[in-house]
Amino acid sequence: MLGKGFTMSTRSIVVISAGLSQPSSTRLLADRLADATVTELAARGITANVEHVELRDTAHEVVNMTLSGFASGPLKDVLEKVAAADGVIAVTPIFSASYSGLFKSFVDILDKDALVGRPVLVGATGGTGRHSLALEYALRPLFAYLRADVAGTAVFAATDDWADGGGDDVNPLPQRIRRAGRELAEMVADREPSAPVGLYDAVPSFEQLLGGA
Amino acid sequence: MQFGIFTVGDVTTDPTTGRTPDDTERVRAMLTIAQHADEAGLDVFATGEHHNPPFVPSSPTTMLGYLAGTTKNIILSTATTLITTNDPVRLAEEYAMLQVISDGRMDLMMGRGNTGPVYPWFGQDIRQGIPLAIENYALLRRLWEEDVVDWQGKFRTPLQGFTSTPRPLDGVPPFVWHGSIRSPEIAEQAAFYGDGFLHNAIFWPLEHAAQMVNFYRQRYEHHGHGQADQAIVGLGGQVFMNKNSQDAVTQFRPYFDNAPVYGHGPAMEDFMRDTPLTVGSPQQVIDRYGKFREQVGHYQRQMFLMDHAGLPLKTVLEQIDILATEVVPVLRAEAESARPAHVPADPPSHASRVAAALAAGTVHEQVVAEDTFTGLRAEDTLSS
Repeated sequence: MLGKGFTMSTRSIVVISAGLSQPSSTRLLADRLADATVTELAARGITANVEHVELRDTAHEVVNMTLSGFASGPLKDVLEKVAAADGVIAVTPIFSASYSGLFKSFVDILDKDALVGRPVLVGATGGTGRHSLALEYALRPLFAYLRADVAGTAVFAATDDWADGGGDDVNPLPQRIRRAGRELAEMVADREPSAPVGLYDAVPSFEQLLGGA
Repeated sequence: MQFGIFTVGDVTTDPTTGRTPDDTERVRAMLTIAQHADEAGLDVFATGEHHNPPFVPSSPTTMLGYLAGTTKNIILSTATTLITTNDPVRLAEEYAMLQVISDGRMDLMMGRGNTGPVYPWFGQDIRQGIPLAIENYALLRRLWEEDVVDWQGKFRTPLQGFTSTPRPLDGVPPFVWHGSIRSPEIAEQAAFYGDGFLHNAIFWPLEHAAQMVNFYRQRYEHHGHGQADQAIVGLGGQVFMNKNSQDAVTQFRPYFDNAPVYGHGPAMEDFMRDTPLTVGSPQQVIDRYGKFREQVGHYQRQMFLMDHAGLPLKTVLEQIDILATEVVPVLRAEAESARPAHVPADPPSHASRVAAALAAGTVHEQVVAEDTFTGLRAEDTLSS
């Protein structure tokens, strides 16, 4: 049920994918999660604008920003999109028992408040299901630290999950994806569309600054 | 329009020779650079303030005081003076002393500092950076403007009946700039007081500097100091020149690639595209920097970083000569011809500030020495 003020029926979803190969199974999972979210939002009368961000495309700029402090080239647009997103889908391959270094480097360059209160759906890929809990012990705490609102379902796709029927007989991948998409859609639909916050939008007046000194 | 150089005073190994100057050599090189800039006709020399290696300039007024006695025309300034971790009482005293010694040939720029541990080393908390900058500067101004100050604040011990000496030259405090890259609160502070605002954009895209400068300009007008385009603006810049642009690129690349801050990061060509760094011919510098006013409006001071990343002294002096003889005269003439009549060409000088204060009646031509602040015996105060 949409309450008063929830008149805008468009939301932006930014899909961050940290897969390194092209094509990558990480991107494949990210696309499925995005599709599920779009479908569930549509069922609630909301049109989703989906932006895909392949971190591989800006990998050099990400590292440069950790050294130089500013976003160069296309990375500037990427960061602005993330800052303005109504919902974020973040998917990483699991390397050495955690998110990939590129994924973490990207999170590191986000403004510390960029994801506060923001609906986030996390996903990960790996060779076998034995890596699946990395979502719970690595990604979920990372986004909890950023004070994001992380969907209860996090989706891990092992290589076998891409088999017919989704690998797992009891709770196959397509079902997990649908559930995660529904959860993110509910969280996004429940919120006012986010307005981009500029650096100059909330500067206190000097009288306030002096009074607070 | 003024053109000058600023130094961070880094001790950096020359990557082409492997040679590292010691602190003494570096300090003396900074003095030589400032004196050379004066002789070459540049308008401003500004030193940074740092309290950690590899930076040597920990004591700016000592350095600038010496330079006041060994230079003729150049304005001595800072880039920046740490308003957060210095005691504002000491700043009031030291910079008033410098003002008197230099006969007003100085100004200074407040900054918060970007080295985390300096805050705890000086007994402060970095999370209080903005409140420290606000409170300390408010006190500093009172110490210059009022002969006797009673004061109580959050960050330093209270003052009762305190007089900062020497009193400012001709009764008019030094002109103050505020430098900040990312904090609109500091632009607001500069605007509130009608002080100058300098954006040192050397590591940032100029669009970002332009946004901050334009915010400052709007707030300057809001606070009633004049029109937005009359606000006093400065920019930081960084260039390396050779009459043959490809030679400039070849010469500077090893210094860029190994520089503190951005070394081993972006390619020099990308950094040149994204920031004001210009490595090339003097004409390329003229073309690039001559366009900055299209983004930030007419501005009063352009500063250049010239002596970092291990560049040898001889090279720095050559760069100063190229800047002063081939670049600055052209940029100055272009800026002057493009400047609307109601926009100040230069930042306020001591002479112009004295004239303004006389016109406003806030100071008077003859200050009769009437010493009511010293010579009192403590018991006089106690018994009164």
